[in-house]
Amino acid sequence: MDKNVTLSVEIAGVPFKNPLVAASGTFGFGGEYDELYDVGCLGGISSKGLTLHPKDGNEGIRVWETASGMMNSVGLQNPGIDEFIDTGIAQMRQFGNVLIANMGGHSMEDYVAGAAKLSNADIDMLELNISCPNVKSGGMAFGIKAEVAREVVKAVRDVCHKPLIVKLSPNAENIVDMAMACEDAGADALSLVNTFQAMAIDIHKRKPVFNNVYAGLSGAAIKPIALRMVHAVCQKVRVPVFGMGGVYTAEDVLEFVMAGATAVQIGTVNFNNPLAGRDILDALVRLCQQEGISNISEVRGVC
Amino acid sequence: MRYFESRVIANQRVADDIFVLQVERNSAEVAAGQFYMLKSWDKELTLMRPVSVFKADESVLWFMYRVVGSGTSRISALMPGDKMRLLGPCGNGYPCDALKGRIAVVGGGLGIPPLCETAKTLKARGATVDAYLGFRDALFAVEDFEPHCENIFISTEKGEEGYRGFITDLLSPENYDTVITCGPEVMMRKVASMCAMTDTRCYCSLEHRMACGIGACLGCSIRTKSGMRRVCKDGPVFLSSELEW
Ligand SMILES: Cc1cc2nc3c(=O)[nH]c(=O)nc-3n(C[C@H](O)[C@H](O)[C@H](O)COP(=O)(O)OP(=O)(O)OC[C@H]3O[C@@H](n4cnc5c(N)ncnc54)[C@H](O)[C@@H]3O)c2cc1C
Ligand SMILES: Cc1cc2nc3c(=O)[nH]c(=O)nc-3n(C[C@H](O)[C@H](O)[C@H](O)COP(=O)(O)O)c2cc1C
Ligand code: FES
Repeated sequence: MDKNVTLSVEIAGVPFKNPLVAASGTFGFGGEYDELYDVGCLGGISSKGLTLHPKDGNEGIRVWETASGMMNSVGLQNPGIDEFIDTGIAQMRQFGNVLIANMGGHSMEDYVAGAAKLSNADIDMLELNISCPNVKSGGMAFGIKAEVAREVVKAVRDVCHKPLIVKLSPNAENIVDMAMACEDAGADALSLVNTFQAMAIDIHKRKPVFNNVYAGLSGAAIKPIALRMVHAVCQKVRVPVFGMGGVYTAEDVLEFVMAGATAVQIGTVNFNNPLAGRDILDALVRLCQQEGISNISEVRGVC
Repeated sequence: MRYFESRVIANQRVADDIFVLQVERNSAEVAAGQFYMLKSWDKELTLMRPVSVFKADESVLWFMYRVVGSGTSRISALMPGDKMRLLGPCGNGYPCDALKGRIAVVGGGLGIPPLCETAKTLKARGATVDAYLGFRDALFAVEDFEPHCENIFISTEKGEEGYRGFITDLLSPENYDTVITCGPEVMMRKVASMCAMTDTRCYCSLEHRMACGIGACLGCSIRTKSGMRRVCKDGPVFLSSELEW
């Protein structure tokens, strides 16, 4: 029984051979996982979050296991956009799938300057991470208030000639308003969710685990909430959506697609099973066959 | 490096809360000082657990570990024949080929087992090895060092066995060409500063919380004199003169 299943999707004119994309910050620039399996089998890879200038990241503990998930406070350690353009792109290009450059920033100026550089480089899409704290507004993230996000997206849109994905924070005051503001400001696609702001305390030391006190929660624990957010956003926007948050299995992929996502990103699961990308993809083909799905797009947004 | 399923050969308690796990190797050549990420669960725990290679031969890997929490207690329940998953070998080991002459390996607590394979490799390469092993109370692994070491010095905190006090009290780095240390950070800092005073080359094997274990997530980065380095990929072994302690 060899029923063909079509998994290819298109987002903002960019063809993906399948809807599975490695999530930013969990997959480096792909090289480490490529030693374990051919990461070119994935639809695409979103790079480690890049900033205009190199960043050392946060001090202290950076990763912490939690029930059904984990917290992280890596603090956007990265080699900077120039170094990425010089060496990172060539590394990612050898995989032959969609190359998404994920970019963070701590000021409007940094976002715009970074986007201008990346837009002229050999990337397929730019993913704008607006969950970063804005130094000028006392550290509140750009992704909290829809009107602040609208300004950043507009400014980046003006200088970015590549398809632009805006990655939303689940900590937004209202995720649907946020999504609509970003679409309105010119986003070609949205991705959600980033990590949930969370906290852990070391009771022996009587101190927060993380130097920054709060850190981002990801993994299975957030999946039902992420799914609800993707569903709510997909009811209201026309642009395609990358759904993510606790995707561990092929069943999870179908749930996000049925909630309206066109593609799905996988993050934390890579740590639980370093072959997760390949395993979920294989399982997705079998699952679609079992469920009588010949083209994954048939079930998009059926819920 | 591979991610693979392996079969448990044995898993025995050797002291209070310390176990030795033997599994089929099924993976590439292992260098002294490298580690594997282990798991015996599916999705019940999110992350794999880093554990150093205690001993290795062509077909078997030995790990010695202390039960401290959810992951190690699950691993301690494994029975011969059970399946588990390994990712490795991870990281850079000690540069044993380049180390000659008289070498001291200085271990504390669960930093002791990884030094066993190191002592064996160094001796096979022609070096002379002395072991300095600091225990809390009960001894473990000492007989595993015997074939590879010229002298073995032992300390316990209350003096139940060997010297009473810290193992570093017994060490004179000037007697050695190289000192290799693994154990609690306070102990390694002490060893490193003693070596700095006598200009003795010193390697430290660091511990850090890890998520991926292969260099992708930057969860284990530390600041060094040559910038940020990943303990899992660029380490866990570092020259002490590189560390920003
Ligand atoms: C490179 C390396 C080699 C190691 N080699 C050994 C060894 O040979 N023998 C041995 O007994 N232990 C070793 N450890 C420590 C061992 O990894 C931890 O004891 C173990 O991860 C604890 O897991 P747990 O689930 O039982 O504890 P929990 O406290 O329940 O673990 C929760 C989380 O914290 C992490 N964690 C807790 N303690 C440590 C620690 N000390 N270091 C790193 N992560 C930690 C766990 O990996 C897990 O992600 C090594 C650590 C590293 C980094
Ligand atoms: C260790 C780690 C680092 C991350 N770094 C970034 C980053 O640099 N940029 C970004 O947009 N998202 C980053 N994320 C968020 C993930 O891309 C993803 O949105 C989130 O983890 C939810 O998906 P998951 O549950 O599948 O992990 C990071 C997540 C983790 C766990
Ligand atoms: S644990 Fe992921 S980079 Fe070291």
